[in-house]
Amino acid sequence: MVSLIKSNKNNTLKIISDVLDTVVDENDYNLELKNGLYLLNINQFMLIKVVKILKENEKLKLNQFIDLTAVDYPNKENRFEMIYILLSIEFNFRIIIKFFINENASVDSITNLFPAANWYEREVWDLFGIAFNNHPDLRRLLTDYGFIGHPLRKDFPLSGNVEVKYDLNEKKVVYEPIKLTQSFREFEFESPWKGEKLDNNNE
Amino acid sequence: MNEKQIKNLTLNFGPQHPAAHGVLRLVLEMDGEVVERADPHIGLLHRGTEKLIENKTYLQAMPYFDRLDYVSPMVQEHAFVLAAEQLLALELPERALWIRVLFDEITRILNHALQIGAQGLDLGATTPFLWLFEEREKLMSFYEAVSGARLHAAYYRIGGVHQDIPEQTLNDIANWSKGFHKIINDIEGLLDENRIFKQRTVDIGVVSKKEALDWGFTGPMLRGSGVAWDLRKHEPYAIYDKVDFDIPVGKNGDCYDRYLIRMEEMKQSLKIINQVLDKMPKGEVINDNPRISPPKRNTMKSSMESLISHFKLYTEGVRVPEGSVYRAVEAPKGEFGVYLVSDGTNKPYRCKIRAPGFAHLQGLDFMTKGHQLADLVACIATMDVVFGEIDR
Repeated sequence: MVSLIKSNKNNTLKIISDVLDTVVDENDYNLELKNGLYLLNINQFMLIKVVKILKENEKLKLNQFIDLTAVDYPNKENRFEMIYILLSIEFNFRIIIKFFINENASVDSITNLFPAANWYEREVWDLFGIAFNNHPDLRRLLTDYGFIGHPLRKDFPLSGNVEVKYDLNEKKVVYEPIKLTQSFREFEFESPWKGEKLDNNNE
Repeated sequence: MNEKQIKNLTLNFGPQHPAAHGVLRLVLEMDGEVVERADPHIGLLHRGTEKLIENKTYLQAMPYFDRLDYVSPMVQEHAFVLAAEQLLALELPERALWIRVLFDEITRILNHALQIGAQGLDLGATTPFLWLFEEREKLMSFYEAVSGARLHAAYYRIGGVHQDIPEQTLNDIANWSKGFHKIINDIEGLLDENRIFKQRTVDIGVVSKKEALDWGFTGPMLRGSGVAWDLRKHEPYAIYDKVDFDIPVGKNGDCYDRYLIRMEEMKQSLKIINQVLDKMPKGEVINDNPRISPPKRNTMKSSMESLISHFKLYTEGVRVPEGSVYRAVEAPKGEFGVYLVSDGTNKPYRCKIRAPGFAHLQGLDFMTKGHQLADLVACIATMDVVFGEIDR
């Protein structure tokens, strides 16, 4: 990535962990540098504290909110992985904050710190069904008014559950259970060969 | 004395409104002609792109990126291929990088031409729109020359670009770039000092530096507020560190500053295009790893292995090693990022798309507070919203 980070990567790593040590116990988080990005693993209860110090600390100034999303792992006990991406324009580096939460858990909203997180949290609520505490206006964002289900969960079918059409008799748009004229086909072309790994050593 | 109670008026704006730039529905709370609160309702163009990508191979997922922000297609493909290439730890042939930068900048001009034209149109100037659309038409013919499609190019590939660019097209681009200066001058002559245009944009939709940062603004929206931040300079990808260009920065953070920035960015893009045409090296345009890129057409006629390799690549596709990565590019509208999670199979496990317009549109409420209804239209235009990327 950029030369500016390259020159002082370990230095920045040290600064971030020093700053974090002032608010949380050093055994509670895990900070590493991977692919030019700082990855910070925390637990969900530390979120507000960590984001606040990262944003406000003069040595880091991670004051640009870039992204918030989730990843669904249905087989894990703590099903959802939350991902927050912050950017420091002043010092030119990004940090990715990650933690796992349970399906029934809710996450603290960071809208007080970053107003930009508002829609991102609404989107995660809409598509994953993860609720946010103290969010000012937690409505659905992307899906239809009155939509049922959370589409980006892995157990939500790709073709959806309902379809809409204009009903001539009722003179309005109606929702019906989806009818596929051809059943949904999934093409699985993955090679059955075991041990086929892509690495440059066996070339 | 008879006191009269006046209630705020709730006004529905869109989704079918020419100034809504697509399918934006706004619920406005109006105090007479003044906007008190704007509540954008988005998602009318939601197609579930992220869900679809999870069910497609990497190659099949690529064209979806053209359809996000459909006025700047190739830049978005760039973000996706960068993310996948980082997971694969691929080395790219030099020429592919130069071609990508060439088309990123052509795309930037495509996008800004539409934005400036549409902003003019929203504020009552018809001519710039027509003139700039003629230029867009020429630029899209360059798209067609390399990819066969005018809009949804699907030209970038993991490991490079699909085909080499024809020599004639390079000449055509060089010829076009000589004439484009004149168009920019004409547009500047029409708008820069235009009394009506300035009345409608100066001091309208002012965004302070702090607000721009707080609301996650990027691209011209951030630079308009005086923050010199451009991923092409600060996190150079492809060969942006080898070309010379400047980043225009605004002072007042109003709609007029952002218009000036976009005009200047077009000039800078032109400068980059000319440098790329001068310096572009010869050579391969796609990585030659047979697990990543398809074999050459002529080898497939005689070599069985090439045929098998081709078949496997277009059915099973590329297997990307396990891991997650975030890569962003400076799209014409701002930071376009892709957060890609791979589980080691041939399909992305999760692909989150960070669209710049999404962050901008949610700032509409604070930008328009206290402005008149007509100024709201100027604000929507200056954000350069395209619903393909916002609704995804």
